Amino acid sequence: MPASNELEPSVSPTSRLPVIGPGHTYASINEKISAIVLLRGTTFGWLVGFGIAFMIFMMMLGSISYLLYKGVGVWGINNRVGWGFDIINFVWWIGIGHAGTLISAILLLLHQKWRTSINRFAEAMTLFAVACAGLFPVLHLGRPWYAYFLFPYPNTMGMYFPQFRSPLEWDVFAVSTYASVSLVFWYVGLIPDLATLRDRARNWFTKTIYGFFSLGWRGSARHWHRYESIYLLLAGLSTPLVLSVHTIVSFDFAVSIIPGWHATFFPPYFVAGAIYAGFAMVLTLAIPVRWVYGLEDFITDKHLENMGLITLVTGNMVGYAYIMELFYGWYSANEYEQFMVHNRVLGPYWALYVALIVCNIIAPQFLWSKRIRRNAWWLFGISMFVSVGMWLERYVIIVVSLHRTFLPSGWGTYAGTFWDWTLYIGTMGFFLTLLFLFIRLLPMISMSEMQMLLPGASGAPQKGEAKS
Amino acid sequence: MAQHFHRSMNTIAKVSIFGAVFIIGFSAWLLLEVNRSSNVTNVGIALPQPVQFSHQHHVAGLGIECRYCHTSVEHSAFANIPPISTCMNCHQQIWFGAPMLEPVRASWKSGQALEWNRVHNLGDYVYFNHGVHVQKGIGCVSCHGRVDQMQLIYKDQPHTMEWCLSCHRNPAQHIRPRDQVFNMTWKPEDIGETQAALGARLVKEYNIEPARKLTSCSTCHH
Repeated sequence: MPASNELEPSVSPTSRLPVIGPGHTYASINEKISAIVLLRGTTFGWLVGFGIAFMIFMMMLGSISYLLYKGVGVWGINNRVGWGFDIINFVWWIGIGHAGTLISAILLLLHQKWRTSINRFAEAMTLFAVACAGLFPVLHLGRPWYAYFLFPYPNTMGMYFPQFRSPLEWDVFAVSTYASVSLVFWYVGLIPDLATLRDRARNWFTKTIYGFFSLGWRGSARHWHRYESIYLLLAGLSTPLVLSVHTIVSFDFAVSIIPGWHATFFPPYFVAGAIYAGFAMVLTLAIPVRWVYGLEDFITDKHLENMGLITLVTGNMVGYAYIMELFYGWYSANEYEQFMVHNRVLGPYWALYVALIVCNIIAPQFLWSKRIRRNAWWLFGISMFVSVGMWLERYVIIVVSLHRTFLPSGWGTYAGTFWDWTLYIGTMGFFLTLLFLFIRLLPMISMSEMQMLLPGASGAPQKGEAKS
Repeated sequence: MAQHFHRSMNTIAKVSIFGAVFIIGFSAWLLLEVNRSSNVTNVGIALPQPVQFSHQHHVAGLGIECRYCHTSVEHSAFANIPPISTCMNCHQQIWFGAPMLEPVRASWKSGQALEWNRVHNLGDYVYFNHGVHVQKGIGCVSCHGRVDQMQLIYKDQPHTMEWCLSCHRNPAQHIRPRDQVFNMTWKPEDIGETQAALGARLVKEYNIEPARKLTSCSTCHH
């Protein structure tokens, strides 16, 4: 490392694009990011966005109230298709959360510097997506007020442990572990930044709130030492979760014997799909946010390009899985499996299958082009396609596999009702409400980690690469 | 820069961590205890009844056998609450004019059954069968306590699922010879045996299913 104090942007050797805009100093990073929270105030645009999101969130609460009043019969589920929007949306939201953990944990351990400006944002997205996801399986219990039965506790039923042979029970632990580890990871990462906000806050109330949550952070060497240790430990703890959560979600299907679900390749297929959906969602959110708040210096085209590349890679893995699904159906030599494939492609839901292929296999192919990968609005469009496609994927897997199984006398069809749609769209409002609050109240880019990207920064453990 | 928080916050912050652990732990303990207390289980609480019927008087005092009134206990799921005519078998002769028995006579004249308040009330999703328990050698006293000493009937045992399973997981600890089921005071020592040895023998003799089957969900929740 040159001893000079010249603040040259840090350039990754693998690409010509920098991970931070030119001319930034410690002070300018703090100023620019903290101003969004402290100085910018509540703008009219934010209020309009928050207001719309909040109204959609209220629609979700209305839909849930009616559901609790009437029961799950208000949904479209029926004797044939017992898992409908509830499980589709659960898997969809859980998948979206995956990018956050991947960016924060795996890319940290792999010394990927470009994760730095998007990790805070992606982790917040993970948490909010998991909150939305968690609603669905609980509501689908029918009597959600008994949801605590799912946890082991010394109850008067003498069944301290729930039925651990059920993958649905594994889900409870996979998702709750994921949510709690992600929350702790996100919060620990926030502590130095909260202290910065505390120090920069100009009124008593703001100072107190940020001061309370920054847990007395003074930025001493001892603090940093402990911070770096716990952050690395949590990264190590989160890494298996990236793979385990969606693996276990896929077990909900793979452990059953329904044709179209009972397949050994489900875990990697689901994990790839989750990361695919997650990165698409990070792009969907990061592109407008960087445009509105003028954060092109921090979320550079390099970030977008790298996320585009991961989207392309995981998208092709998912595409491979779709082809394998067809192949396995044929290769099984089992008439039910073969029928499932036939019904999936040519049955009453053929249009959804075609839409799925267009959104999930054809749309990401545009990312082979470097010009498209570096164009924010192209990426935005493609990521929207992917988000829709991943929802369709779960619809096809769940509904189309269930609606025609072994006994033709039991065949039927399924469609979401008004209450299915209001709940689904409502959770997007919930998600966006949380996201608007996050952008308004917390630094959406990690100031302390961005500063470590500057050439003068002393090497923190995960920043070994920055020194060279 | 001036300190925003007073230095006492250092102590308060540390104490509050322990405080939170204590409060959460205490609340959890309290919840579990409340769920096992007689507020929830009704153990030891006599419910109001239309007639102050004393099991102590009829069983211990007069020596009437359980099955005189609870006629179907050996063969049916329901032990049977006797019809008013069973009461009148005796009470048309003795204590005929007692004021305490006025509701009984009124019921006898009008044909309108007495409405007792159910003391041992299991959830509708539990299919308890008296017959099989009596036939396999579970004494009345094991679940209902010393009814012969109760002036007003009350629950002696919590009748929670945890309590049911404590026996279904190891029936040998409560099993007795079939001919002693209605005996309120029988002990294995009376026939010179220990419960462990006798229980193990009777479990075989009465072909009692293994715990794996007795604790299957569908054994009690069809």
